[in-house]
Amino acid sequence: MSVAENIIEVENIKKSYHDGSVSTSVLHGISFSVRKGEFVAIMGPSGSGKSTLLHVLGLLDSPTSGSYHLNGKDTSGFSDIEVAQIRNKEIGFVFQVFNLLARTSVLENIKLPLLYSDVPEHEWDKLARDAAEAVGLSHRLEHSPSELSGGERQRVAIARALVNDPDIIFADEPTGNLDSKSGKTVMSIIQKLNEDRGKTIVLITHEISTAQHAERIVKILDGNIESDQKVAHRLKITDEYVK
Amino acid sequence: MRAKYTFQTSLRGLSTNRSRSILTIFGIVIGITAIMLVVSLGAGAQQLILAQVQGLGTQTVAIIPGREPTGPSDIASLYSDSLKERDLAALKSKANVPGLKDAMPVSFDAGSASYGANNYQVSVFGGTELMAEMFDLHPAAGSFFDKSDVESRADVAVIGAKVAEHLFENSDPVNKNIKIKGRSFRVVAVLGATGGGSLFNFDDMVIMPYVTVQDYLLGVKYFNRIIVEAEENADVSIVADDIRITLRDSHNISDPAKDDFFVQTQKDLADRLSTITSALTWFLVAVASIALFVGGVGIMNIMLVAVTERTHEIGLRKAVGATEKDILSQFLLEAVLLTGIGGIVGIILGSLLAFIIAFILSTFLHINWQFIFPWSGAILGFTVSTLIGLIFGVYPAKQAAKKSPIEALRYE
Repeated sequence: MSVAENIIEVENIKKSYHDGSVSTSVLHGISFSVRKGEFVAIMGPSGSGKSTLLHVLGLLDSPTSGSYHLNGKDTSGFSDIEVAQIRNKEIGFVFQVFNLLARTSVLENIKLPLLYSDVPEHEWDKLARDAAEAVGLSHRLEHSPSELSGGERQRVAIARALVNDPDIIFADEPTGNLDSKSGKTVMSIIQKLNEDRGKTIVLITHEISTAQHAERIVKILDGNIESDQKVAHRLKITDEYVK
Repeated sequence: MRAKYTFQTSLRGLSTNRSRSILTIFGIVIGITAIMLVVSLGAGAQQLILAQVQGLGTQTVAIIPGREPTGPSDIASLYSDSLKERDLAALKSKANVPGLKDAMPVSFDAGSASYGANNYQVSVFGGTELMAEMFDLHPAAGSFFDKSDVESRADVAVIGAKVAEHLFENSDPVNKNIKIKGRSFRVVAVLGATGGGSLFNFDDMVIMPYVTVQDYLLGVKYFNRIIVEAEENADVSIVADDIRITLRDSHNISDPAKDDFFVQTQKDLADRLSTITSALTWFLVAVASIALFVGGVGIMNIMLVAVTERTHEIGLRKAVGATEKDILSQFLLEAVLLTGIGGIVGIILGSLLAFIIAFILSTFLHINWQFIFPWSGAILGFTVSTLIGLIFGVYPAKQAAKKSPIEALRYE
């Protein structure tokens, strides 16, 4: 497998936090890679460092040491503007707590990344509507997030992550705040993005049933990779909401 | 991010907390209102004073005996007897002051005037027949004394409307005799009421030939003023210089610092009064600015609260591609919008109040007061209020921009 096909390439990533004189090491030198179009689930108990790893991969945080190549580019030494552009164009985020703007319509929420992009304004509406359609929310565009169910809110967040057509989608416990039925819908949508649109997905979860949607599971324990295995019996897309 | 969307985002940020936003701008509104009010009323007062000074005519020059006072406690100008008949003759000579059209000596006195059993405290103004024209005086009854009355030191008097009312009640004063300091004076004319608000209130005055006042009331040979009227096309400052040279020559003064008189043009007087009213206006503006400063601190406080409250939103915006500059502009613009709106409300409120005050003064108190929209105050007020937003908004906005996205997203 050549390096060029790896969209994510991390080598010996370490991360420690300093709080006064106390230094807490969270990642102890992690090396792994993700192929373009791959669906990887990162699993681990709370405190294992999986969220920190995702933040580093999503350029929300920088590692203390180690190298990280994203799409072939070395991410160390990126300026604030370069990082913002990559977060905007190449990365989409889905969070456990949805993080939608209150008192702002579904359509406006989905458009949010476009506001910070260089996409011409006249295309915004169509892009946002297309993204809403992909998650089955075309009928909810003018509603405000408070009028939606948890599952619907997470679908808005997925549409928002999708609107700028990024290569990678990072999902941090996307089903953590959802009932099992909504969780299944959300996971089916995410899996479909991977299978039909070729999006690279990096998902964090601590539920094995959720991780089964991925092609590969990386287990983290105490800041180290414990195992890295292919999923033998990957779940099929079953949900009725997903066409 | 495009400016239009930064603007929309900021506006939305403000409108989600509408009542807090309104309360926050109160300090700014009050400060700008006060500035507008002060500047507008100051301009109105200045206009009123200047209109009166210039009402005497821009070609008018006053010669005042004594040294020009150097300060409020300098009373060198009082009791001075330096202006005499020979000065008047010297000034009237075309060789000395070519631009002079006419000159009128003036003598002042005050006392009690009586008619029958009625008494009234009056000011006595001694002048010449030129007075009627110089001060634009129109007798309501009778006619002004003439040149021959002045030359013959006639015991004649023109009385103001209030004097007539108090001494004569409903009867006709013309050709009746009033008594001042035991001497009788024949009333030749009664002036129409001029109302208040004038530099000289002629309603309470008795006007006589200056020689009559000098000889029979004061018993002196000097003048309290000489008022000079310059030719229409003459340069008043040259006339004033000619007057100084003539009087120094007549008084044998070689050092101008030892002048025992001073010459005041209408322009001098207008300039001096303008300086005083503007100084007063800007002093009050400075006082009102304290409210603006306090308002600015309030803005900073609320913006810091808003930044903390919206930590999540900041984290999200950064995660989807907002740069530090985007976040900075968003919060800075919120602060500037707050204070800018406060400024506009203050400008409207301040001019409205100034207009109401002008209306009351002119309609109910009959003062010739004009409402002046203070453009300088409005421009200053708007600029200062937006500047306050910028200055006091920078710190909270920088706090917002500096937030790390994960810290912000993790914040509960």
